[in-house]
Amino acid sequence: MGHGITSVVLVALGGALGGMARFAVSNAMAHLLGKVFPWGTLLVNASGAFLAGGLLGVYGVPNAQPFWLFAIAGLLGGYTTVSSFSLQTLELFQRGQAYRAALNMGATLLLGIAMAALGWWLAQG
Amino acid sequence: MSINVYLAVGLGSAMGSVLRYSVSLASMAMLGSHFPWGTLLVNVLGSCLIGWLAAKTSRIPHGKLARHQPLLMAGFCGGFTTFSLFSLETLHLTQQGSLGLALFYAVGSLPLCVAAAWMGERLAFFKPTSGLSS
Repeated sequence: MGHGITSVVLVALGGALGGMARFAVSNAMAHLLGKVFPWGTLLVNASGAFLAGGLLGVYGVPNAQPFWLFAIAGLLGGYTTVSSFSLQTLELFQRGQAYRAALNMGATLLLGIAMAALGWWLAQG
Repeated sequence: MSINVYLAVGLGSAMGSVLRYSVSLASMAMLGSHFPWGTLLVNVLGSCLIGWLAAKTSRIPHGKLARHQPLLMAGFCGGFTTFSLFSLETLHLTQQGSLGLALFYAVGSLPLCVAAAWMGERLAFFKPTSGLSS
């Protein structure tokens, strides 16, 4: 915990890059597949979980190493998001599309955990 | 999409990520690391905030909040909340054999966050703020 400013800079730098990548991917997906279903957020979260699982498999338990701070706390933490997921699911509910809202919740949860497990498993070799 | 929008999202996401990291350090210091309280807290708070912001910006489309929407919503709320850590923690709890906790965390988190976004939206409608309402 004693890295102070270096930790903050690493997390901030990763967070900035991850956030911009998320924004680019969600915009591209909205452009490709429309805005009826939040595909962009689902793709971002599934791919982020996969990469995080892979890094866990390679580097082991989370720690305060510079690489971990940059890649997990920063980059992948900023890349994936729950706030957009919550808002988009709420909007689906409020538009009367309870079925799509439930589908989004189930798919996000199952895909997220499955992708993290897959990434971890592949990284084990 | 202009480069400035991307820079705003990046700046907001950097600030959100640093704050998330601070919250997770503080929660580990105070509540230990048996259960990922820090991630649950940032995800619920960030969802509540984005619900509040979405309601405010749709009601006052030319206000200050709406102008800074990329910075605040895609940027700050997006960087503050995290799904990758949620997945990792669920996986980690499972691997440690805490199946009950893993299930509770996995199945409870997302509905709780959607409910938080709804609450944020309600708060935006119920509480008139002094500076913004005309």
